Amino acid sequence: MKLLTKFRRHSLARPALLILALVVVGLGYAGVNPQRSSAETETTQQVEQGKALFDLTCSSCHGLGAEGTSQGPTLIGVGAAAVDFQMGTGRMPAARREAQLPVREVNYSQEQIEAVAAYVASLGAGPAIPSSEQYSPEGLSDDEIARGGSLFRANCSACHGITGGGGAMPNGKFAPSLVDTSSRHIYEAMRTGPQQMPTFSKDVMPDQSVREIIGYLEDANGQPNHGGLTMGDAGPVSEGLWVFIIGIGGLSVVATWIAKKGARAR
Amino acid sequence: MARPTSVVDSSPDVEAREADSTNSSQTGGVLGWADDRLGLAKLGRSGLLRKVFPDHWSFLLGEIALYSFIVLLLTGVFLTIWFKPSMAEIEYDGSYQLLKGLPVSEAFASTLNISFDVRGGLLVRQIHHWAALLFVAAAFVHMLRVFFTGAFRKPREVNWLIGIGLMSMSLIAGFAGYSLPDDLLSGTGLRFVDGLIRSVPIIGTWAEFFVFGGEFPGSILIPRLYMVHILLVPGLLLGLVAAHLALVFYYKHTQYPGPGRSDNNVVGYPLFPVYMAKAGGFFFIVFGFLVLMGGLFQINPVWLYGPYDPAKVTAGSQPDWYMGWVEGAIRIMPNLESHWGPTTWSWAIFLPGVGLMGLLFGALAVWPFVEAWLTGDKREHHVLDRPRNAPTRTALGVAGITCYAMFWLAGGNDIIATRFHLSLNAITVFMRVAVFVAPVIAFIVTKRICLSLQRSDRERTLHGSEDGVIVRSPEGGYSEAHVALSQDEAFALTQHLQHEPLAVSSDTDDAGVAKKQQVGRVRAALSRWFLGADVQKPTVREIEHADHHGELPEVESSDDGKPQLH
Repeated sequence: MKLLTKFRRHSLARPALLILALVVVGLGYAGVNPQRSSAETETTQQVEQGKALFDLTCSSCHGLGAEGTSQGPTLIGVGAAAVDFQMGTGRMPAARREAQLPVREVNYSQEQIEAVAAYVASLGAGPAIPSSEQYSPEGLSDDEIARGGSLFRANCSACHGITGGGGAMPNGKFAPSLVDTSSRHIYEAMRTGPQQMPTFSKDVMPDQSVREIIGYLEDANGQPNHGGLTMGDAGPVSEGLWVFIIGIGGLSVVATWIAKKGARAR
Repeated sequence: MARPTSVVDSSPDVEAREADSTNSSQTGGVLGWADDRLGLAKLGRSGLLRKVFPDHWSFLLGEIALYSFIVLLLTGVFLTIWFKPSMAEIEYDGSYQLLKGLPVSEAFASTLNISFDVRGGLLVRQIHHWAALLFVAAAFVHMLRVFFTGAFRKPREVNWLIGIGLMSMSLIAGFAGYSLPDDLLSGTGLRFVDGLIRSVPIIGTWAEFFVFGGEFPGSILIPRLYMVHILLVPGLLLGLVAAHLALVFYYKHTQYPGPGRSDNNVVGYPLFPVYMAKAGGFFFIVFGFLVLMGGLFQINPVWLYGPYDPAKVTAGSQPDWYMGWVEGAIRIMPNLESHWGPTTWSWAIFLPGVGLMGLLFGALAVWPFVEAWLTGDKREHHVLDRPRNAPTRTALGVAGITCYAMFWLAGGNDIIATRFHLSLNAITVFMRVAVFVAPVIAFIVTKRICLSLQRSDRERTLHGSEDGVIVRSPEGGYSEAHVALSQDEAFALTQHLQHEPLAVSSDTDDAGVAKKQQVGRVRAALSRWFLGADVQKPTVREIEHADHHGELPEVESSDDGKPQLH
C-alpha cells in the first residue's frame, strides 16, 4: 500500500496511468465489440498478404487502391468470385491488352489467389467465392439436367455454341469453349460477368438453375459421340468439307481406277 | 354435212384358226419365257445394250450423283417408316436422357426415336444425310465438268437446261429434308428462308403467310415440307433424271479428243457388258463409301442441337454446304433498306439471297446460248473441248467458282474467326472486297494459263518434244534435240476448231439496199473479247514446214561458228 502511495508521487506515474487507461479502454472496447475475433486476425493477415500481391502484380493497371486506371477497370465491388475466376483461369494477370484475354497457365497457388480475392473483397461488397453446394451438379435428376440443357440453349448457346464449344464475337472477341472449364469457374463467370459476358444475378438465375446448366454441360460433353467421329466439330461446315474431300475426292480416285481398268478404248 | 360411213353388210369369210405358235423364242427356259412375253431379245438387237460409251474418269462424276440419288431413295424409304411429320408438341420420353421430359415436336421426337431406339436407325439417317450432301456435291462437280469441256454446246443445250432443273430441285430437296427433324439448327435455317421469302418486295409477307400458313413457324410447315421432300421433288427429280439419261442415250456420249475420234463417231466400249459391269460396280463403291461415312462420321447430331424454339439461335449455326454461299452473301451484305410509301424494301436480304440465286441459275441457263451467239458456231459438237482451247470460257468458269468460294467462306466466317483467331469484322470487310476482286484476279490468271498452254501446245506440235538427252559440244555449249510428236498426239493437239472472232457484217446487200445486220458492233466486240486472244493452232503448211525442218540437226551454227541452244 505504501509502495503504491509512494509511486503516486513518482514522475513516471502519469504516463504510466495514461497507458494503463488506454489499455483498459482498448481491452474493454475489444470485449464489447463483437466483430473482433481470433479469426479476424487471420483474415487481416490474408488481406494484407493479398494487398502485397495486388500491389506487386495488379496495381500497375488497376491502380494502387484498385480504383482503376486507363489500363484497367476498378476492382472495387467486383467481389472475390471475380478475382478467383480471372486469376484461377490464368486470364489475370494479363500479359498485354488484347481484344479478349485468353485462358493461360495459372502461375499462382489457390492460396495466393484467395488472398488477392480477400483483399479485393475487402474494398467493396461483391459476389463471394461459391461453396461447392452452390455449383456442384451432384444429385441432380435426369429431368433437371435436361432442363439445364433447355436453359443453356436459351441463355448461353447464342454465344457459346450448341454444347459450349465456343463462338465468334465482333472485333476479335470470342465466347470461349466451356468444355474444359471447371464448374466453379462457370458459376463465377455467370455471377460476375467477365469481359463480354453478361452478369446473371441470383434473381435471374438461381443457384439451382446454374447447377442444372453445369450438370447439362458435363453430361453433354461427357457423352460418347453417337454416330461416330465429329470430324472437327464445326457442324455443317466440317460436314461440307469432308463430303468434298472424302466423298468427291475419294470417289474420283476410284473413278480414275475404273476408267483405266480392263477394257480400254484408247 | 357429214355423210354416213358406208356399211358393208357381209364380213370377209375368214376361217377361225388357232394362234400362231411358231413365233416363240429360240431359247428355252426362263429367258425364252420372258422373251416371248416382253420381247427382251428385240431390245438387245435394237442396239440399246450395244450403245458405245467412251471411258474417262470425269464421265463418272454424274454417276456419283445418280447413285447417291438411288441411295437416298433406298434410305429415305426406311426413314419414312418411323418419321412423323407433325409439329404437335409432346413430352419427350425416349432413351436420350439429356432431353428427357422436354416439350418437343413429334417430328423431333420421332427423329430421336430413329436415332436412338430404332435398330440401325442412326446409321441409315447418317447415310441418308451424307448421301444428300454427296448428291448435290457430285451434281455441282458434274456440271463444272460439262461446263469446262463445252459439253453443253449444240445439240445438248436442252440437256444442260434439264441439268439446271435437276440442280435447283436437288437444292430444294436437300433443304426440305434438312428442315424435317425440327431441331434448333434446321429451324434456324428455316427462319433464314422465312427471311428470304419476306424480303421479296411487296408480296413478301403474303408469300410468307402462304408458305407457312400464317406467322412463322406455324404448325403446318413440317407436313408441307414432308410432302415436298418425299413426293413432289423426288417425283420431279426422277422424271428429270430419266429425261437427262434418255437424252444422253439419244445424243450419244461426248468424248475427249484423240486419234480416231470425231464428231461423227463414239470410240469406246458397249454398254453391255463392259459398262454394265463398270457402272454396276461403281454403284456399289459409291454405296459403300456412303455406308462407311454414315457409320464412321457423325453428321447432323440433332440430339445436341435440341428441339426448335424460335426464341433461340446458337452460335456457329450454318446451313448445309450448298446453301452456305447464300448465307455468306447475306452475312457480308451491308445493311440497306428502303421505305417507299407503306412498303419496305429489304435490299440487304433480297439482293444477296433471292437475287444471287436467281443470278447463278439464270447465268448458267443462258450460257450455252450466249456462247453460241459469241462464236457464231451453229455446228454440232460431240468431241469435247480441252479447257485450254476455250480460254475465256474456262477463265469465266474459274472466276465463277472463285466468286462462289468467297461467298462460301463468308458463310463460315464465325468458324474461321474462332479457329484461326481472327476478327469477325476484319473477315467481313475482306470478303466484301474479295467477292469482287478475287474473281477478276482468277479470270486473268486462268486466261493467261490457258493461253500459255495453247502456246506450249503449238510449240510442241511444231518443234516436237525434247528427247531428254543434253549434249555438250566440244566448244562447251549445251543443246537438247527435239523428236517429232507421234501422229496420235499431234492430232489430239490440233484437232480442235479454231474459232475466229465475228466481224461486223455489212448492213446493206450487194446492191446497196439496207438489210438486217447479222453481226452488230457490240456483238463483234464481245466476240473479239471472247475469242480474240486465242493462240492460232498450227496450219497444215506450218506443220509440213516444221516436219521438214525437224530433219535438220537441231543445233545450228551461227555465223561465228559457235553452236547455240536452239
